[in-house]
Amino acid sequence: MPADKKRRPVLVQVETPNLIPERDLGKMPVLQAEHLGIDFGGLTAVDDFNIAMGRTEISGLIGPNGAGKTTIFNLLTNVYRPTRGTVLLDGYDTAGKSVAEVNHMGIARTFQNIRLFSKMTVEENVLVGFGSQMKTHLFADMLRLPSHWRQEAEFREKARELLDIFDMRRFAETEAGNLPYGAQRRLEILRALATSPKVLLLDEPAAGMNPAETEELMENIQRIRDEFQIAILLIEHDMSLVMGVCEVVGVLDYGRIIAKGTPEEIQNDPKVIEAYLGKQGVK
Amino acid sequence: MQVLMQVLNGLQLGSIYALVALGYTMVYGIILLLNFAHGDIIMVGAYISWLVMAQLGMPPVVAMILSVLGCTLLGVLIDKVAYAPLRNAPRLSILITAIGVSYFLENGAQLVFGADAKVVPAFTDVSTIQLGGASLSFAAVATVVVTAVATVVLTLLVQKTKLGKAMRAVSEDMGAARLMGINVNNTISFTFAVGSALAGIGAILYTMAYTQATPTMGMMLGTKAFVAAVLGGIGSIPGAVVGGLLVGFAEVIVTALGLSVWKDAVVFLLLIIVLIVRPTGIFGRTMSEKV
Amino acid sequence: MTDNAPKGEARPVISATASKGRTGAYRRLPMPARYAINAILVLVFLVVGELMIDGGAISRYQSTVLEQVGIYIILAVSLNIATGYLGQLPLGHAGFMSVGGYGCAIFIVRMMETLGVTARDFVTGSPVCGLLFVGGLLVGGLCAAVCGLIIGIPALRLKGDYLAIITLAFSEIIRVVMLNIDSVLGFKLTGGAAGLTGIPGYTSFLNVFVVVAVVCFLIHTMMKSRHGRAILAIRDNEIAAEATGVNTTYYKTLAFVVSAFFAGVAGGLYAGCIGVLQPAVFGFMKSIEILVMVVLGGMGSMLGSVISATFLTILPEALRAFSEYRMIVYAVVLILVMIFRPQGLLGSYDFSLSRVIERVLNHDFPWGKGGTGKGSAPDAADHEPSETTDAEEVSADAGR
Repeated sequence: MPADKKRRPVLVQVETPNLIPERDLGKMPVLQAEHLGIDFGGLTAVDDFNIAMGRTEISGLIGPNGAGKTTIFNLLTNVYRPTRGTVLLDGYDTAGKSVAEVNHMGIARTFQNIRLFSKMTVEENVLVGFGSQMKTHLFADMLRLPSHWRQEAEFREKARELLDIFDMRRFAETEAGNLPYGAQRRLEILRALATSPKVLLLDEPAAGMNPAETEELMENIQRIRDEFQIAILLIEHDMSLVMGVCEVVGVLDYGRIIAKGTPEEIQNDPKVIEAYLGKQGVK
Repeated sequence: MQVLMQVLNGLQLGSIYALVALGYTMVYGIILLLNFAHGDIIMVGAYISWLVMAQLGMPPVVAMILSVLGCTLLGVLIDKVAYAPLRNAPRLSILITAIGVSYFLENGAQLVFGADAKVVPAFTDVSTIQLGGASLSFAAVATVVVTAVATVVLTLLVQKTKLGKAMRAVSEDMGAARLMGINVNNTISFTFAVGSALAGIGAILYTMAYTQATPTMGMMLGTKAFVAAVLGGIGSIPGAVVGGLLVGFAEVIVTALGLSVWKDAVVFLLLIIVLIVRPTGIFGRTMSEKV
Repeated sequence: MTDNAPKGEARPVISATASKGRTGAYRRLPMPARYAINAILVLVFLVVGELMIDGGAISRYQSTVLEQVGIYIILAVSLNIATGYLGQLPLGHAGFMSVGGYGCAIFIVRMMETLGVTARDFVTGSPVCGLLFVGGLLVGGLCAAVCGLIIGIPALRLKGDYLAIITLAFSEIIRVVMLNIDSVLGFKLTGGAAGLTGIPGYTSFLNVFVVVAVVCFLIHTMMKSRHGRAILAIRDNEIAAEATGVNTTYYKTLAFVVSAFFAGVAGGLYAGCIGVLQPAVFGFMKSIEILVMVVLGGMGSMLGSVISATFLTILPEALRAFSEYRMIVYAVVLILVMIFRPQGLLGSYDFSLSRVIERVLNHDFPWGKGGTGKGSAPDAADHEPSETTDAEEVSADAGR
């Protein structure tokens, strides 16, 4: 991040192809993607993906399996290098940045198949997220100088406060791999939050959760947005979650956005029903 | 003439490396294991030849057959005893087991046969063959021919036969292959058998050229062949051949320049450079983890 | 797992009745007390050992074996950084050891000539010799670290097997260079195949184990800091680590370089202990020997490395009569451990004396249910705590 501060933001005027919630209007979009696309060999996995997210917007991305949703996350976080298009975070181009640098710039994510540091404790998982904000020198840590103790105490407390969001403080010293499934998903979100992102990408956060848990998650997603004032983009198959929490929903099919709008608009869009159910589904 | 001799030397050495490298590649291709013990199987093959000819006084043909057979059985046995129980273990565990097996064979041979070199008698009385005006070393010509034939046969085996298809399926996805009714364990055993038989042939060709068996001979030979396999792109049959020839020629050239003490360093440096430029070797496929 | 651990049932994500399991506070030892306990242990070990050597209870030969135990402990715990903590498989640790050994020995021998110090001074001990010793080890460590950096940058771009091969190749190159460098340079530097001789015996029981304690302490403190956590995160899930902002290239290189540095330090001690350095000693087999120690002890367990290094160094000495079987036994043990206990004898478990004392203080015994501390203390009986031990205790346990 410090290196980027010197660079001037590249402000790109876009005719907002996305709907931005009223409260975010007039501010620069936090995340912009323009004409983003990637080909694998001859296959176009994602084509012409555009988004402009408001600073505190919650958006959803839905679509049938294999539509390219996770690929979009991988493009936004530079796990894959896009074949076409640009991603701007707060006006800064992410092209050529490593995955870690993109995270430092302000995009954090979770994974569809949970990727925790399973042999480390819950607290340590979160502390890895805080890592880039910790500044002690290697020798200060090795020699246990006072700065090490100060910093360690400060961030351990921060980590535990973060764990309180999901009431997980009592698991602080449990090995992450031993947590039950739902708690592992929550921990992934907390670990992402620890990197103090501007945009949080959640890849199927409700997968494997029961309706009660999904309900809780819904409230928490909103709470996280309110508390941290960040934008959240989520991929989800659970329609109750998407329709309940998202302000804007995009529908992806065969790598292209086929519809975009408020949850109500999407629910009644014939193109969406067709994508999900096939032609016969459209009455 | 001098140049031609050197080229033949390079071809001979390269062919031996290629043959051994094919064994590494076969096994790696199917279970992603760098079989560290492969070089030591060659060592055992050389000792079998010595045992049969020098100790038991049997004819060379018997020695050849028993060497190849012995190596084949040893390879399958190693797989069954040491690697099969670890099919689902982390890769690192199997790799370390392979190192353990290599260690075991080497020190076992040292215990049984002693540390000193054993002289393996010549397989034939023919030492040179006349071609045009030039007289060529029989061992060299035989090595090149055998390796070329082995490569062709192996390619046909993998590409055209039912077993080859099974091997490719197992290498692609072991679980799916099992669901398709392929006997995965037999296929893996077969692969080990083929790879080890190649090691047995390699042992004969090696002892033809260098007439010696020592407990640690498999180590350097194995390591070089292994470098050759990685250089060419491990898992690839043409890669193993190209890699083997590259290593062979590199050594011959360095030796011809009078820098023979540096030849090992040059080979390893070549490997490092190739891996930096092409991280999976010349013919290697890149594999990436799905996110 | 603690009593209030979840049993997998649906649990409110945010519950009003938070943490009702925390009945009584688990009494913890304050940090200074933990460090004091460990420091005292190390001190006791050193004093007792030194007294026994002075008193003749430990013979000259036995103390040389003890020195080697210490050297192998350093080698094993340093390789453990790259293998157990970073999760890679470098096969060239002996290469780093040899670079460190030559670097340290050449530095000390040259400095002795310059300063007019004789080998006798190292026996009687003088401040200059102490400085030379420390300087030599640092020079050796730095030489090895530079090599680690040179090979680490390309090697760490590769995955798994390829990294193993490239490190193996590099250490073989080092060996060939050590063997033949003199003829290129035109003057005597490494002594070629005959070896580097005339190295003063600057290594002693006392200084080896002080170095062991320092090395274990430094590795422990590194691993229990943000740097160590980043390294462990890469081992557990590299992709997630990157997405969580860990600069994986940097931390992999760091782990590699630190590992090489301490191997170099061990090489320096080895030079002073044996008195002769020959390139042939630092071949592939030496790397494997060190790897066996790490694997046997349990990858990621410092105590495991220490115990197995101790055991595997003393055992062959004790069984000199059967020395030809030693390697076979090594090999069989390695295969059996991999088949029956792939995580090593101790897994990633690490012993901590402080934790034992805490449990006694809290009457929290694995066999009794009467304890008051059912709080957050991990129960070692059925759950291997991932919190590693304080390194100092480990080093104190080293020579027992």
